[in-house]
Amino acid sequence: MSQKQTLVEVKDLTMRFGGLTALDKLNMSIFEGEVLGLLGPNGSGKTTFFNVLTGLYKASSGSALYRGENVLGKTPQEIYRSGVARTFQRSRLSLPLTVFDNIVIGDYQHMQHGLIFNLFRRKAFRAEYDAYVQKVRDLLNIFSPPLVERMFEPVETFSMIDRRRIEVCRALLSQPRLLLLDEPSAGMTHDETHALMSDILDVRSKLNNLTVVLIEHEMNVIERITDRCVVFNYGQKIAEGTYAQITSDPNVQTAYLGEETV
Amino acid sequence: MTRPIRNPAMVLALVSIATTIYMWLFLHAETQIGIAILLAVAAIVVVIARKTGIAGRIEAAGARRPGLAQIWAAGSTLALIALFYDQHFVLLMICAVLLYTTAGLGLTLQFGFSGVANFAGAAFFGIGAYATAVLATHTGIPHLLIVVISGLIAAVIGSVLITPVLRTRGHYAALVTIAFGILFKTFIEVNDVLGGPQGLQVPGMKLFGHSLNEPFSIFGHEASFYVSYAVLSLVVCGGIFLIVKALERSWIGLSMDVVRTDETAAATFGLHIARWKVIAFMMGNFFAGIAGSVYGMLTGFVAPNNFTFADSLLMLSIVILGGLGNAVGLIPAAVIVLVLPEKLQFIQEYRFLFYAALVIVILLFRPDGLLPRKTRLFFSQETSR
Repeated sequence: MSQKQTLVEVKDLTMRFGGLTALDKLNMSIFEGEVLGLLGPNGSGKTTFFNVLTGLYKASSGSALYRGENVLGKTPQEIYRSGVARTFQRSRLSLPLTVFDNIVIGDYQHMQHGLIFNLFRRKAFRAEYDAYVQKVRDLLNIFSPPLVERMFEPVETFSMIDRRRIEVCRALLSQPRLLLLDEPSAGMTHDETHALMSDILDVRSKLNNLTVVLIEHEMNVIERITDRCVVFNYGQKIAEGTYAQITSDPNVQTAYLGEETV
Repeated sequence: MTRPIRNPAMVLALVSIATTIYMWLFLHAETQIGIAILLAVAAIVVVIARKTGIAGRIEAAGARRPGLAQIWAAGSTLALIALFYDQHFVLLMICAVLLYTTAGLGLTLQFGFSGVANFAGAAFFGIGAYATAVLATHTGIPHLLIVVISGLIAAVIGSVLITPVLRTRGHYAALVTIAFGILFKTFIEVNDVLGGPQGLQVPGMKLFGHSLNEPFSIFGHEASFYVSYAVLSLVVCGGIFLIVKALERSWIGLSMDVVRTDETAAATFGLHIARWKVIAFMMGNFFAGIAGSVYGMLTGFVAPNNFTFADSLLMLSIVILGGLGNAVGLIPAAVIVLVLPEKLQFIQEYRFLFYAALVIVILLFRPDGLLPRKTRLFFSQETSR
């Protein structure tokens, strides 16, 4: 692994909520270009880790260097601009807005927000808009062609599965360097999960060097698509390695199944 | 049954002409029986139009040809102004509807788009009117410029509220604006420089050397001086309507909507929550200030009692009754809220009871307002896809 570039370097990262320690001196690395699986029982700190990485939570102590810069103390906006995009465990889409609206906001950093541009240069706006329609259409075509037909319908009329697809598209539109997926398969059937994952890998192959971190409970998804896994328990890393390595790790078995009693 | 009309241009023409005739009859009606019949007709027509799907077709026609619909709306208003050219009171009501709609457009930007509830709409309207009274009395600045400056003053004074509004959410932010509205009224009342409770005179508007307060005659008919103000109000209202509509169909409107619906997701995708709320809040107050400025010149007099908390509520109820976030809905809502109580004078104090009951009934059957906001389409051509 020594030839791999480190994208994120986490050192002694601690996050406390009152008396609860969600991340307890966490140490781990994310390498550039890999697909990393994040595993662990419920409440082991996986989502908290994502929230710290994206700036939504301010960690209590420690550091998390993303491309050499500490994300602690940065705003979510700054972190997004440096190329980190994510999805949420519980879908966070704007329900009254259309599929197009929800996806296009993913590339907020490249839109022109000027008053003059938006109000008076409608021709230039139209050109920018048309380019975005094409981009969104291309992305939707990969994930679910039927959604292309309905891209100007409000999101509230779509099923949970489609909403997850829309959320993934929103995160991918800005062509991020680091994509954080928080249980994208929750509520999906086996086949749907497989389809979604293949689509994500498909997009990833077109984006150069996209790194993906995936929180997932479905073991066969982890087995199929991750290069490496990290297992959390009580806010600490208890194991890391390939899928085969971690599944045979006694620490992991204890965390999931409990201590063997004699 | 006759073949339904499919041509949107034809639908819009028929609806506009019918509405104009109806409004002409309604504004004319003075007898109890006349008004009762007209209200009944309106209720029946609305119910039939909804049941037969005609209402849907009208909405579709408006969505297909928004530009044409706007021209018809402006034309119908001009026709009404022309029809009532010598009736002060009716023209005053038309002006009030147009200017309250303008202030409502500002509140739509704040509440409907970015989710900042402003319960001090009348205060910002009042700041515009007071600024105009002072500037027009004591300076020689051209009046058209005074209108713009008054709007800017409303926006700047409103900016003292930005920090408390941004630090609080939902009901608490609303409370901040309520407090400001009361503060404004009390401040004016105790301030002798601004006339105290007696208020101030506002000089009439002069446009390019022509005084709007002088009656003029067309084709030998003496026209009310309110005609000029009504046309001016229409221009102001129409201009700001176009700006708000363009904002809605731009990245700015989209950003504001995303900020309103999910602040966490918005921040994760780089949106500066504060930035968009501040822009919406200041622009909204700017529009309310402009409306207040014209209103002040039109009435010739401003007093603290014209800008109470009750007036702020009236403005907000127009915004909500029309359909939160929908600029088009403001107009019928403003007519119901402002004109109907005047037309119900004959039942004296019962008119407020009737009017309040009507508002409740409307919201009972249309919980999202008269014309709920439609899903955004940046360009109307997308509908044909």
